[in-house]
Amino acid sequence: MKKSYDVLIVGIGGQGTILASNVLGDACVIEGRHVRGAETHGMSQRGGSVETHIRIDGKFGSLIAPGSADLLIAFDMLEAVRYRHFLKDGGTMIVNREMIVPTSVFSAKLPVPQLDDVAVELKSGSAKVVLMNATDIAAKAGSPLAANIVLLGAASHELPLSVASLEEAVRRNVPQKTIAINEQAFALGREAL
Amino acid sequence: MAEERKKQYLLGNAAIAHACLEAGVDFVSGYPGTPSSEVVDTLRGVKDPWYYLEWSVNEKVAFENAIGASWCGCRSIVTMKHVGLNVAADPLMTSAYTGVKGGFVVLSADDPFAHSSQNEQDSRMYAKFAQIPCLDPKDVQQAHDMMTAAWNISEKFSLPVLFRPTTRICHSKSDVALGEETPSPRKGEFVRDPKQYVVIPAHTRPLHAILTKKQAEVAKYLVEAGYNSATVRGERAVIAGGISAAYVEEILPEDISLITIGAYPIDADWLAEVVGKHTEVLVVEELMPVVEEAVRQVAGTVTVHGKLDGYLPHEGEFSTALVAKALLKAGYLKEDPFPPEKQPTAVAVRPPILCPGCLHRSVFYAMKKVFKDGVFPSDIGCYTLGLQMGAVDTTICMGASITVGSGIAHSCPETDVVSTIGDSTFLHTGVNGLINAVYNNTNQTVIILDNRITAMTGHQPNPNTGMTATGVESPKISLEELARACGVSFVESVDPYDLTDLLETLKAAKEKPGVKVIIAKQPCVIMNKRNGVKRSRYVVDAERCNKCGACIRYGCPALEIDENGAAVTTALCTGCGVCADICPAGAIHRGGARQ
Repeated sequence: MKKSYDVLIVGIGGQGTILASNVLGDACVIEGRHVRGAETHGMSQRGGSVETHIRIDGKFGSLIAPGSADLLIAFDMLEAVRYRHFLKDGGTMIVNREMIVPTSVFSAKLPVPQLDDVAVELKSGSAKVVLMNATDIAAKAGSPLAANIVLLGAASHELPLSVASLEEAVRRNVPQKTIAINEQAFALGREAL
Repeated sequence: MAEERKKQYLLGNAAIAHACLEAGVDFVSGYPGTPSSEVVDTLRGVKDPWYYLEWSVNEKVAFENAIGASWCGCRSIVTMKHVGLNVAADPLMTSAYTGVKGGFVVLSADDPFAHSSQNEQDSRMYAKFAQIPCLDPKDVQQAHDMMTAAWNISEKFSLPVLFRPTTRICHSKSDVALGEETPSPRKGEFVRDPKQYVVIPAHTRPLHAILTKKQAEVAKYLVEAGYNSATVRGERAVIAGGISAAYVEEILPEDISLITIGAYPIDADWLAEVVGKHTEVLVVEELMPVVEEAVRQVAGTVTVHGKLDGYLPHEGEFSTALVAKALLKAGYLKEDPFPPEKQPTAVAVRPPILCPGCLHRSVFYAMKKVFKDGVFPSDIGCYTLGLQMGAVDTTICMGASITVGSGIAHSCPETDVVSTIGDSTFLHTGVNGLINAVYNNTNQTVIILDNRITAMTGHQPNPNTGMTATGVESPKISLEELARACGVSFVESVDPYDLTDLLETLKAAKEKPGVKVIIAKQPCVIMNKRNGVKRSRYVVDAERCNKCGACIRYGCPALEIDENGAAVTTALCTGCGVCADICPAGAIHRGGARQ
């Protein structure tokens, strides 16, 4: 049965979930390990909810079964709520303390969710929950767009991959001129935990 | 050997594209469609390629281009999504008769669960229908390896080979062992042979007999080549087709046999022999029961479980968790390897929506204003998302908005019919519908949503872009002249950001009988962003905002309601300014300067 370490990365189209998953995939290749990943394409790029599965040491299918992910990395608190049933009992979630309210809330006149309420909701389960201001940390590193790499830095304490291979994978995946910013983002994210 | 090759973490479609390079492909054509698009997109990104490559206007055109290349001895591939194969079905059926010269691969990507599709049809049925081999990989590595071999199979039997990855192959990533690129040494040459390439009835009849004769040889070869194989280790077996094999392998107990089907047609003698070594088998395959029906034909007294007796669903995508449930039901697993499913927490939906500043939003808004009781047939593209604005009443397939609109207009003469269609879709199969609508005196307004790109599938150029797939400038088609050439006398171009003009043009169209064509022109906002086009943001004057909600109802993601109930624009604003025209209080204006 399962010997893989399963990570679900979730967010909103355009937030860099695929780049983050590529970092994990390349880190596996650097270490000579198998990896499987599944990503959302097509319609979900239009501001939709996006999920990316990465199975470190995975040799079979690329989809993580609900209730069996080891780690959930969320770029948005509401998306963390949406996908947390994928996490195994006692799993870890690392969540950016940010929330983009879906347009559907305003058009359907639903109550607008509040950050603090969502934080309480997230902590109500069995998961170890880490909430961090990844966007602020990324801004300190040089660009708020590097929030995805900040979250990976924080996740590096949990991931069964060496820091060196993660750092190398970051360098391979970000645009050339932003390498320094992203290295800094990774380091600050790692320190924040 | 695979372990010694260079490994990369690659998207399934990128691995498939690399296999094309390894096989020395000469000719690439296709029409974009999720999940197939990245194969051509990867190949068109290759610097100084040795092969010819194009995005064609539709799948039939792409197919016929590629078969022509194959008849010149070149290795060719045509790519599309499953529903695109319907468009290319006409040449597909006959190309099996004519056969090929250079290897010819037809990639048709299936989409179980219809992640981004209008149906869940199974391309394997087309292979069976056309009597051509079909390769159905179980994972990204096998997709790469099968693709490398596909041209050899095609040349060996002089048949097109259908390659059928699914969404979960195309859009999965994996560590993949790659081979070396092999630039093609071939030079195309067409050798005249009417008996082969001119399918008049006298030629067709013997060609059909030859095609039939090939079937058994192909089936035998696919077993010899290892695409269909069996590991016998117990009384009971699971037979898995395509990607399902990967799901089964993860959880299958060691005392259960595994038979994997990676290619079609399945050799009936071989199948009868391996099935006959068991007392009971469970067939696991996505979508149609293609393998299961073959198994049931040879099973004799062996018990067969699968879709036809309700062990597995006909619909949707499989997963290891779903397969585990079927294995449990059959008694092949003693306990579920996965935890019981928890109920997901209800959260406000976040469906894909039209981008902030998208031209389609203002067109749909204006359409609904002017044609309050109209019927709105639409088509396949980003603008199908206009459904959320109540501006899309029908969608069936590419190019069907004007044609369905014609049917409705002739049936309900009192109703205003307003059909919407994108530029790429119009050129794909929409233009035929326009010709027909004019020829048959239809009353309808056709709005061509002209964003100058095939946006939905990842921004591939089309004849309206003025650039080929490889970035070479080409004559930009004039949609206005094309519409006039079809016989339309009312042809107007509008800027959809100019709401007043848009509304006036729609009203003018409403007053006139016959077919009216309105071309709404603004570049796709994503392309604008990539091209560095910047417009200053619009802002809401909090003192003037009377909280009426008119702008919120417009549905732009860049508009929100703040804690006081007033509207605000966010950083998502792209400065189209349509909301400023909508606001009855005049509270929205370009950032900084009040208008």
